[in-house]
Amino acid sequence: MVARAWEWLDEVPDPELPSVTITDLGIVREIREDAGALVVALTPTYSGCPATAVIEADVTRALHEHGVERVRIERRLAPAWTTDWITPRGRERLHEHGIVPPGATLADGPLVTVLIRCPRCASTKTSEISRFGSTPCKALYRCDDCREPFDYVKPH
Amino acid sequence: MMGERLEYLLRLGDSALVLAQRCAAWVAHAPIMEEDVALANVALDLFGQAKLWLEYAGEIEGAGRDADALAFHRDASDYRNLLLVEQPNGNFADTIVRGYFCDAWAQLNLSALAASSDERIAAIAAKSLKETAYHLRRSQDWLVRLGDGTDVSHERAQRAVDELWCYTGELFIGDEIDAAMVAQGVGVEPNSLRAPWLARVEAALETATLVKPGDGWMQRGGKQGRHTEALSYMLAEMQVLPRSYPGAQW
Repeated sequence: MVARAWEWLDEVPDPELPSVTITDLGIVREIREDAGALVVALTPTYSGCPATAVIEADVTRALHEHGVERVRIERRLAPAWTTDWITPRGRERLHEHGIVPPGATLADGPLVTVLIRCPRCASTKTSEISRFGSTPCKALYRCDDCREPFDYVKPH
Repeated sequence: MMGERLEYLLRLGDSALVLAQRCAAWVAHAPIMEEDVALANVALDLFGQAKLWLEYAGEIEGAGRDADALAFHRDASDYRNLLLVEQPNGNFADTIVRGYFCDAWAQLNLSALAASSDERIAAIAAKSLKETAYHLRRSQDWLVRLGDGTDVSHERAQRAVDELWCYTGELFIGDEIDAAMVAQGVGVEPNSLRAPWLARVEAALETATLVKPGDGWMQRGGKQGRHTEALSYMLAEMQVLPRSYPGAQW
């Protein structure tokens, strides 16, 4: 049951980054059976991310649709979510959809500047337009060669 | 005693909540669109942090109040936020300087709280700390840009520093609640954050070509529920809907 549940949740898209699934993002931390209920531990990305409640509802709905009657969502804060948990497949999917996947978070914190490559033309001549973008997890960039604006998932 | 932990959590939650509401009030009024987005993002993080603190506070209180009930159905005298966060938005320099003083403090406070003996407090602090790093970098960047900018931006930034300075002392003044939390390994001794905060702020002000005000009387009382009049007006606007239509849902 648990193994199948992982496969089912593997198809639940993130509400704000629909090109990736919630498992791609590393939000699903654990699935276990407990006294006849299926318990899913989810870790929110940002404290105020409005998608958190939607994701919880989506997970519950997806499991109900696959015949799981009793679902319990556990919100797990620690350890805090990090962009390092985004899977290789998730990074690939982000890239395919024109969103630059995050650089690695380093010991110095999330603020180290890394080379950001344009997802359209691969130029490394890019500039930050705004450190805060359309969702809490993204910054807005522009390619100085092809002029394409694009999103960058901030290392977190 | 749980009453002390409840008070301590209300202080953390209310400070995040009031600053969030202040930042949110800029949306659609910021000088440029990127700032609209940035202030909304910062507000969102702070609302999220406030919710985590207040949810925990409500559970400890055990009176059936959730984060919404605590946010929308308490009067100013029941709020436990720092005086600094409730100061009006003023002009953009006022908002940036207030934000910078708060972010620099929050970064130190949350770093220390991440080692709290209360695992839930430690978890919320560790999570919030990652968000605060981005807030601090932005507010510090702007502090320098405004201070070391045009004559007008410099003058406004200096005036903001001068006017807000008297509210910074409270960040480092402990009381019996703080002492009890420190004794239990749960909380942070406020005065221990003073020297690192000052070192950081003095360096930033210098880079921004701004002058640190001399030491004078420091306002206090927010943590005990004695607020400046600015808070009541803000809460009136923030709370009017749920108070007029209790239980209203989207």
